[in-house]
Amino acid sequence: MATRIDVNGLTAYYGKFKAVADVNLTIEPKNVTAFIGPSGCGKSTVLRTLNRMHEVLPGARVEGRVLLDGEDLYGAGMDPVNVRRTVGMVFQRPNPFPTMSIYENVIAGLKLNGVRKKALLDERVEESLRGANLWEEVKDRLGRPGAGLSGGQQQRLCIARAIAVEPQVLLMDEPCSALDPISTLAIEDLITKLKSSFTIVIVTHNMQQASRVSDATAFFSLEKTGDPGRLVEFDKTSKIFSNPTEKRTEDYVSGRFG
Amino acid sequence: MTTATVSGPAVDGTADRLGLRGQSLPRWVPLAVAAGAVVVSLLIYLLTPVDSEIQIVLMAAVVFVIAMTAISTAVEGGRRARDRFATTLVYTAFLLAVIPLVAVLVSVISKGVGRLDADFFTHSMNGIGARDVGGGIYHAIIGTVEQVLLASVLAVPFGLLVAIYLVEYGRGRISRMISFFVDVLTGLPSIIAGLFILAFWVLALDQGFSGFAGALALAVLMIPTVVRSAEEMLKLVPNELREAGYALGVPQWRTILRVVVPTALPGIVTGVMLAVARVAGETAPVLLTVFGTNLINSNPFSGEQSSLPLYIYSQAGQPQQFAVDRAWSAALVLIIIIMVLNLIARLFAGRNRLK
Repeated sequence: MATRIDVNGLTAYYGKFKAVADVNLTIEPKNVTAFIGPSGCGKSTVLRTLNRMHEVLPGARVEGRVLLDGEDLYGAGMDPVNVRRTVGMVFQRPNPFPTMSIYENVIAGLKLNGVRKKALLDERVEESLRGANLWEEVKDRLGRPGAGLSGGQQQRLCIARAIAVEPQVLLMDEPCSALDPISTLAIEDLITKLKSSFTIVIVTHNMQQASRVSDATAFFSLEKTGDPGRLVEFDKTSKIFSNPTEKRTEDYVSGRFG
Repeated sequence: MTTATVSGPAVDGTADRLGLRGQSLPRWVPLAVAAGAVVVSLLIYLLTPVDSEIQIVLMAAVVFVIAMTAISTAVEGGRRARDRFATTLVYTAFLLAVIPLVAVLVSVISKGVGRLDADFFTHSMNGIGARDVGGGIYHAIIGTVEQVLLASVLAVPFGLLVAIYLVEYGRGRISRMISFFVDVLTGLPSIIAGLFILAFWVLALDQGFSGFAGALALAVLMIPTVVRSAEEMLKLVPNELREAGYALGVPQWRTILRVVVPTALPGIVTGVMLAVARVAGETAPVLLTVFGTNLINSNPFSGEQSSLPLYIYSQAGQPQQFAVDRAWSAALVLIIIIMVLNLIARLFAGRNRLK
């Protein structure tokens, strides 16, 4: 499992505002693809179009196509709920469900979708928490509230929750920006490990992080405030950070422009 | 700045070259000033023709605020004195606000305990006139509990659904209109709700007086309170939790039911309890729709019932002391019932929250 994503001529709007225009890129399966760029360039917006979370905001809509193994996510008859079961997401701020215990948080996706078998749930909790490198830290207190964990643990709990529904793709929207360096390292190790089973797309402000964890990097930018963001360059991470084709990419990754 | 302080220690006598030290009053000063203010106003009470206790209490409060600010200005200087002024004002206002609450409780308890015997809880007013000793509130308790429960059963689910619609689904004109009408309904005088049910249910539909008619009127009054408080609580649930639900492939309705509402539940329960407390004390709409009776009628769907506010109203209106005593005791019971309901709801809401 793990799936290829083709983005064709994607333009995303918030009401009348065109946030990002004409994005074309291909995300390889079992790879980590990083989106980098200055604030407001539309990288998070593009990420959210990949599992139809963009349209959750009132007035937000999308033109163009996003193909998941050849199937258009925005085609007629596609159910956004099913799309999101296949393409999971981890958010910037850790957001465990405050009314649920650690155990309930991990299986929230399954339970809310009607899985009841205790044995299966138990098995999936351990599997997912091990997958998120959290099992050893929480195995003795699965009944405690998820909100009682540290920030880094909460974020790994959210990753465990996302992989518990067995998606094909995992989207991460700045998953480390609210975390300290140690927790960030833990998440980065985890990303490298998860790569073997999932296609991962990560938005990050941290260029070192992008160069550390990703195989391919997409650089987004915008001319000036109010203009739509655009994809400037998309290539292998090593190429983007050592020898980019575009002058603007080079300026950005070398810190001359931010 | 001088180094002589009222309480702050002069640190080994060195000069305060950076101007960092400040004077502050010792902690006992506010208490002493408060005591002084009370003494001064007592003196005024004894020596002058002012003979209203309320005036004396207010005067003590004013003297306290002024004296505290003056002393603080003299010793601590401008900024600290302003802080002291605001603090003093807040504490004084709090004390003044607590006085009526305590006074109500004290007078209801002291006048109400007299008739709190077993008879009072187990008997109705059947055959008891205003001049007679005895009599009870059994029929009124049954009426109040049944009417309030029925009203809650009608209003809480309805109000909750409206709130969920407004927060989670409502967009544009319809939701603004509903919101506006809820506001209008919030300001509806309770007797109008009673008149509406009287005209519509009791008379036009010819259903007659009953506990259920009263419950309908109370439900009309409860709905806007429930909607508003539930709406505020649902709005407080962070959007990230909804998105987390959607991102797991959970449909919106299920996310609302299993994530959003449970997160907001303690606040929603508090809002519902406030609404219950409000309608449990309503007299006018019940008077018009339930009518009142001295007999026990445990069937809310047919015939007149009584209720505690109605009972208090009718007994307190009698000139005889026995009747007035019964009214006070019934008032005490009404307060206790509302408090118990409140405690139960809090326990329930607390159990749903993980520690």
